[in-house]
Amino acid sequence: MRFTKDHEWVVVEDGVATVGITAYAAQQLGDVVFVETPDVGKTVVQGEGFAVVESVKAASDVYAPVSGEVVEANTGLGDSPETVNADPEQSGWFAKVRLNDPAQVEALMDRAAYDAYLGTL
Amino acid sequence: MSMNNVGRPTAPNSDSGSGGFAALTGGRGLLQDEALIFERDGWFKTGVDLPEPVLSAEGLGDLVRQEAIGLPGLSEPEAMRHYVRLSQKNHAIDLALYPLGSCTMKHNPRLNEKLARLPGFADIHPLQPQSTVPGALELMDRLAHWLKTLTGMPAVALTPKAGAHGELCGILAIRAAHEARGDDARKVVLVPTSAHGTNPATAAFVGYTVREIAQTADGRVDLADLEAKLGPDVAAIMVTNPNTCGLFERDIVEIARLTHAAGAFFYCDGANFNAIVGRVRPGDLGVDAMHINLHKTFSTPHGGGGPGAGPVVLSEALAPFAPAPWLVHGPNGLALAEHEVDDAARAFGRMSAFHGQMGMFVRAYAYMRSHGADGLRQVAEDAVLNANYLKARLSDVMSPAFPHGPCMHEALFDDRWLEGTGITTLDFAKAMIDEGFHPMTMYFPLVVHGAMLIEPTETESRQELDRFVEALRALAGAVKAGDVERFRNAPHLAPLRRLDETLAARKPRLRWRPEAVQTLAAE
Amino acid sequence: MRYLPLTAEDRRQMLGVIGADSIDALFVDVPASAVLPGPVDLPRVAGELEVERELTALAARNRSAGSGPFFCGAGAYRHHVPATVDHIIQRSEYLTSYTPYQPEIAQGTLQVLFEFQTQVAALTGMEVANASLYDGSTAAAEAVMMASRVTRRSHAVLSGGVHPHYVRTIETLAHVAGVTTERLAPAVDAEDAVIAQITPQTACVVVQTPNIFGTATDVTRIAQAAHAAGALMIVVTTEAVSYGLLKSPGDMGADIAVAEGQSIGNALNFGGPYVGLFACREKLVRQAPGRLCGETLDSDGRRGFVLTLSTREQHIRRDKATSNICTNSGLCALAFSIHMSLLGEQGLRRLALLNHQQALRTRDALASVPGVEILTRRFFNEFAVRLPMPAAEAVEALSGQGILAGVPYSRLEPEAGLDDVLLVCATETVTDDDINAFRLALTEVLS
Repeated sequence: MRFTKDHEWVVVEDGVATVGITAYAAQQLGDVVFVETPDVGKTVVQGEGFAVVESVKAASDVYAPVSGEVVEANTGLGDSPETVNADPEQSGWFAKVRLNDPAQVEALMDRAAYDAYLGTL
Repeated sequence: MSMNNVGRPTAPNSDSGSGGFAALTGGRGLLQDEALIFERDGWFKTGVDLPEPVLSAEGLGDLVRQEAIGLPGLSEPEAMRHYVRLSQKNHAIDLALYPLGSCTMKHNPRLNEKLARLPGFADIHPLQPQSTVPGALELMDRLAHWLKTLTGMPAVALTPKAGAHGELCGILAIRAAHEARGDDARKVVLVPTSAHGTNPATAAFVGYTVREIAQTADGRVDLADLEAKLGPDVAAIMVTNPNTCGLFERDIVEIARLTHAAGAFFYCDGANFNAIVGRVRPGDLGVDAMHINLHKTFSTPHGGGGPGAGPVVLSEALAPFAPAPWLVHGPNGLALAEHEVDDAARAFGRMSAFHGQMGMFVRAYAYMRSHGADGLRQVAEDAVLNANYLKARLSDVMSPAFPHGPCMHEALFDDRWLEGTGITTLDFAKAMIDEGFHPMTMYFPLVVHGAMLIEPTETESRQELDRFVEALRALAGAVKAGDVERFRNAPHLAPLRRLDETLAARKPRLRWRPEAVQTLAAE
Repeated sequence: MRYLPLTAEDRRQMLGVIGADSIDALFVDVPASAVLPGPVDLPRVAGELEVERELTALAARNRSAGSGPFFCGAGAYRHHVPATVDHIIQRSEYLTSYTPYQPEIAQGTLQVLFEFQTQVAALTGMEVANASLYDGSTAAAEAVMMASRVTRRSHAVLSGGVHPHYVRTIETLAHVAGVTTERLAPAVDAEDAVIAQITPQTACVVVQTPNIFGTATDVTRIAQAAHAAGALMIVVTTEAVSYGLLKSPGDMGADIAVAEGQSIGNALNFGGPYVGLFACREKLVRQAPGRLCGETLDSDGRRGFVLTLSTREQHIRRDKATSNICTNSGLCALAFSIHMSLLGEQGLRRLALLNHQQALRTRDALASVPGVEILTRRFFNEFAVRLPMPAAEAVEALSGQGILAGVPYSRLEPEAGLDDVLLVCATETVTDDDINAFRLALTEVLS
């Protein structure tokens, strides 16, 4: 699992990246009430907003940690947004993206680096 | 993801405990438990006696509504009980000091209600011949005169229906002015980080890119940052003065000068006009457009959320760019010009049907006339005095966000004094409810952590201010003494306890439905 | 001054507590060049008697609708509002309370909003409704912008029956949002002419029923055509009492129904404050503007209400909000809800039928006047007539005889070439004597 400074995580399997927000981010957000996942087929660009996660008092843009094409979206979050709070780094995933450039993932932080980064916040 | 620092619990704590003594049925002393009108047996009642129609609607054939509407009716006594019972669950200005910063919760004079209901104001149609309503036009003109004189501005657009609507009017006027100059490179609006949400929302809606101006350590617009960001791509700045931290922008004249030098316009959010009315004229500060919230500075009632009114005063440069209709002085007296003629072809159109919030014009004008120029000046002075008094009497137990120098009409505190106590701004605010006070504005402005913005207004007597101070000091003492339980699950004494906003947002139930009632808890 | 409780002694003592020499010390941040030395050049403080005298004199110069036969409609309607309504809205707890951001101490306002939303949804035949917008015209504009967001298209088609003020408002706001509008020529009875203008770029179709000429239309076919093209159907109504008699927008396939709610609970007030009704399909609600009240539970498990789905709104979403709107029309929505509760379904249906009846009688009376042509065939409580002279002149002449005869179409749209068209409305407040007086006076004016 790799991490961005904006608190997104990525797990890659067979050229497809599963993406979500970290436990830290979910905790900061408070109770998640709604997730706007991207449409399948949409092109996403690293660093640009591709999803929105809402709590009662805040709406936050989620930035794509990698560039590529959305091949699957976790539409189940529509009925159960609380999954993002309960299990943000597994069943609370947002979308699966077919990678354009695997090197983008290599450049992201690993768990140790991310934890160290959290310590600086 | 874009992080924000306003995440906070929106559901009650799981260890809320239960209330103490419980009655056997739903009531609680004077408070009555009141169901929805749909949850009773009034489906075929009506509380209005109407004659029996003799003609039918057969000419309308299939257009006649066949299916039931699905709405109950109440007899008059039942309706009275229903609404009076519900009213007892509302806090109100008429009950106590309502310290909402930025909202200006001042007394709503009942003379205004009486005069607004005179048939000559309430029972006139916006499209009846203008020759039959000269008094209405005259009232609008007098109100306009007062607004222009108090602000030192040459023109006013009366029609916007609320503050946000007024902001839209001002920004559209600015856009129209740039277009008229042939200047279409200006795509950016600058807004301080402390701005009220309607400011960037309005600018973005009009198609501008919003860029933020930094704030200095003492809570003002950072001039250097402003100067760096001004350029030929900037259409306008939107600044609140006094600002949302309750502070007067000392450099306001320079802010205006820099803005104009860069070819941009200065929009001023007039929400905090109560601090300076009668003592300072925004026109003297270089403002090009400013909306005035009649429901704030000029006492028209908040009514549980509206209606408001947001007339916009305009500088010479923007005066030609006001929306229809315009009050004009013609050879036969006052008239409402409702359509563009050659000159005003530069006007940007119409922001709503008809002529503006006449009901609020009457109330605001009655308020202004009652106070007079000297009374209004006293309003600003007392508002500022009251806020500084509260700040002085609370600063030793709470942490003022900007302790140096006076505040204006509102005092801003942050949550540094709560650090390590396990109690948040939210908890503290909810505990105020138990003491009989509506909480102050919380978590706004966003630039201050755990913000608590307190605006007493001039309406408060020394006695009420002291009562408020005593309550807050007592609560602060309880914080210091570690009485966490009092705060974490407050309020304990309100008609309802903390409500689950998370549930409301996850499973929105926005209306009553006739199907079998399911309990939310069961889902 | 009666509204200012502080005494000179209070002020002196408070300054002492603050540690300031004078009030001027608290205004130290104001640039010297902008400090006003004294009160501005306006009259000084005035007692109630004096203020009452001035405003009563101004009011007395206006001819109230109730002072004679009155037939004006065209977006604002004179109905009888029960005394209870105005009494309740003046209670301190409703009049002087704020937006219910602290729900524990605002359940009065919140429960009423929940009931209001239910009533509006039921009347419009739609799934959900919001807690009101400013008025019908801005509600219509918001609906167009919402349709653009939902469909991701930017063109709106407006029928020739939409109220011209609503058209101008929609144009002003939609153009700002980058939505182009096409408005068909004014037409008494041609709402479905919009069908021919629907393309794959159409975000929404906007029709009005009853329209500005009073025509009531079954717009089901139009909705079907809109949906076939992937566009949303927006149905506008300016006379809310018509919901008591006519097929509802929801029943005819509307995706968004907007209306002016003034007719129920609110006086004419020379055009404001009014109350905008906004209802839509439930699946679209996250794109809807304005406040929403929802049901929930408190920590003791008791049912309560809160403002919800706030992330759509400006105070959270800021520059990504669905609208910049902040206030709703709170007290006017309360008045609407109280009146609607008093009427109930039975009362509203009867009220609607009475309106229709008085309008039919007025139509028959005017039809008997030589030179008058009735243009509207199917109507609720207002209809258009063609006169053999400019309608504005006829209205002035009748006004001279104490009759407010209706609204000339040219008042709304001077360039439409419909100067001889008069819009006549008759509500339950119109008596048979009024109708007779109108008939006689009009006969005289036209002869």
